[in-house]
Amino acid sequence: MHKKNITIALAGNPNSGKTTIFNNITGTRQKVGNWPGVTVEKKEGSVSKYGHDLKIIDLPGTYSLTPFSIEEIVARDFVIEESPDVVIDIIDASNLERSLYLATQLRELDCKVLFALNMADVATSRGTKIDANKLSELLDVPVVFTIGNKNTGIDSLLKAAIKLAESKSKISQKRKVKYSNDIENSISKLQSFIEERIEQNLPYNIRWTTIKLLENDKIVREHIRQKTGNKSLEIFREVGTHRKHLLDRFDEDPEIVMTDERYGFIAGIIKEVVTKSTKRRVDTSRNVDLVLTNRFVGFPIFILFIWIMFQTTFAVGSYPMEWIDSGVNWLAAILEPSLPDSLFKDLLLNGIIAGVGSVIIFLPNILILFLFIAIFEDTGYMARAAFLMDKIMHLIGLHGKSFIPMLMGFGCSVPAIMATRTLESNKDRILTILITPFMSCSAKLPIYILLAGTFFSAKAGTVIFLIYITGIILSIITGRLFRSTLFKGADAPFVMELPPYRVPMIKSLIIHMWDRSKMFLKKMGGIILVGSVIVWMLTAFPRHINYSMDYNEEINNINASFTEKQKKAAITKLKLAEKAEKTEKSFMGRIGKTIAPVFAPIGIDWRGSVALLTGFVAKEIVVSTFGILYAAEETDEPDALKNALLSSEMTSLSALSLMIFVLLYLPCVATIATIRRETGSLKWTLFSIVYSTSIAWAAAFCIYQGGKILGLT
Amino acid sequence: MGKLAVFVQALSNYGVFIMLLSKMKEGQIGIIVRVGGNGALRRRVLEMGLTKGTEIYVEKYAPLKDPLELIIKGYHISLRVEEAANITVDKL
Repeated sequence: MHKKNITIALAGNPNSGKTTIFNNITGTRQKVGNWPGVTVEKKEGSVSKYGHDLKIIDLPGTYSLTPFSIEEIVARDFVIEESPDVVIDIIDASNLERSLYLATQLRELDCKVLFALNMADVATSRGTKIDANKLSELLDVPVVFTIGNKNTGIDSLLKAAIKLAESKSKISQKRKVKYSNDIENSISKLQSFIEERIEQNLPYNIRWTTIKLLENDKIVREHIRQKTGNKSLEIFREVGTHRKHLLDRFDEDPEIVMTDERYGFIAGIIKEVVTKSTKRRVDTSRNVDLVLTNRFVGFPIFILFIWIMFQTTFAVGSYPMEWIDSGVNWLAAILEPSLPDSLFKDLLLNGIIAGVGSVIIFLPNILILFLFIAIFEDTGYMARAAFLMDKIMHLIGLHGKSFIPMLMGFGCSVPAIMATRTLESNKDRILTILITPFMSCSAKLPIYILLAGTFFSAKAGTVIFLIYITGIILSIITGRLFRSTLFKGADAPFVMELPPYRVPMIKSLIIHMWDRSKMFLKKMGGIILVGSVIVWMLTAFPRHINYSMDYNEEINNINASFTEKQKKAAITKLKLAEKAEKTEKSFMGRIGKTIAPVFAPIGIDWRGSVALLTGFVAKEIVVSTFGILYAAEETDEPDALKNALLSSEMTSLSALSLMIFVLLYLPCVATIATIRRETGSLKWTLFSIVYSTSIAWAAAFCIYQGGKILGLT
Repeated sequence: MGKLAVFVQALSNYGVFIMLLSKMKEGQIGIIVRVGGNGALRRRVLEMGLTKGTEIYVEKYAPLKDPLELIIKGYHISLRVEEAANITVDKL
């Protein structure tokens, strides 16, 4: 039998169980990417069933098709532009009335629509009975019952979709929303006015276009302008007349009246298809919520959950991190003796393996973190976290949901920035991405421990704590500043559904977790690889350096004189000095020395600037660079580096300035790659780099120069 | 206080049970009389089902007194207090 391709789009409200149905249909054969030009996730999957190749597209979950958010624009554009063969609207049966709003909007678009009444079992248990035949008859749309989390009804849903796609019958124009007489009059008059003025057919249904023009839909207006050229002015004038007429008649904007009337139409349908039993039932979800958002215990429980997430991600995650680390070291140790000394070997061991090793070491964190986020989202707790935190976050000009990414920033910015995907508004998402790097990540901690431990000994804990607080304060200032300048305008409204609590499905959790991790490995791997190779090249070249002395000869000289023990110490010292000089004279060292004047006003010498530069690959490297430059390796003598730092020109004031700079300056290459990916914009990525580095310099300058004026050292 | 709030306050002084949603207490029931506010926010509120004539039940306020949670059309929704101040209700 000849196989035919059928494209099926899944539409539906958030929390309608759409993703579960999508996972059930496609299993693991999914492709996750972005919709062109925007960072809204696009999922598609293919499956062969009943002699057809089905391509399933998961549209973003939306409550309506009014183009306010990117998700809505993406969903509507897909249905209009790509004309899928069938659109399946997944309707949460226990939430029928509101779900029908999107359904009536889909019904108004010229597409073949099919309703999946999902989670009807939940509705039944709540005492709601839905007459599917009546609903199907009233809206002239096929209706299928499904229970996504039990995988029932999926086959009949697909069969119905195929049947609908194959049917030759025209899309029924009846049974759409009927508006009040005044509006219907305007629609039909405007419709014939437009029809008289366009030669070729409009790509979309004419009634729909007319309705959208009456609603002052900016995107449809633009389409009309492009299609009709200079006739558009005439059309828009007529639209304006009708809008004015309706405004006078109703004392309201037409789009408001039409939204009202759509809900009125829905109320009529509900009356006919739903029977509710009056028996009171125990609402488990509501009882759970009374505890979890309770005035007294709500916050303590929230903090406990976050603490568990944090602990598991970074404490439990540290074990597999060690395994990966030793695996990487093992690989390097095997390759080390088996390869001849060459530039290639150096590149492979110190560039590629070390670089890739520094990336995949984050994988356990990412996996665990996203497992938690998936659990929070799938159970419905994420909405409650936002509900609890919104008041506080709103002070910074952010949404309650921004809290999770910001908090995760204390662990690692990479998963934190990836977690901003849970935010619906693009403004909120970018603002959160911009301030998350100010949350001091765990990789910076070794630097603070070294510097604060060396220069502030007994007060080290307090100093480190104050540095963390500085980061938080600066993120608040940044948030408020950007809200009132770059992201001016009203905040995204906090009109958020609090879905009922549900038991998450293991399959969905694993798919969610795996999608994220795959994305991390694939996309980040490439950029970080390139970044680490560049840094390696800068430190490894030039190959031939004019050393200040002949180290090999010195080492040979030593061999002749001292005792065994003295000899060993002297040789180590010389070897370290050689390594330090090599780094100093490499390109990296030269760059560091060239830009050193920039760092002079904040009390950082050329060694500091080289260390900061290498910190671009990963912040952990800053400490080891210090080790190399001060010719002290901590492994040999625990306090060697501390002593070297104390005897250097560095003061406690310049150490403080350096720590503040480390806290705020440009994030590591992995974070930058993530910012680039998640904002989808080079402009914002560069802005983030420039902004954070300037703030870092300014803050360090204030501390260093201010301290000097106050006479501190 | 905005003009609307003053007006509503005046009405309630005369024993008319019309008040702002943001002034409602936990466990109170009302019917939406009017949804005010500007463009996008207002439309979004309406599209989520907070239309004129809809019965609302104030489920609770968040621990920090903002936002608040309502039950409408059989589902739970949360709004900020400042957004709820655009909605006038007839308290039952």
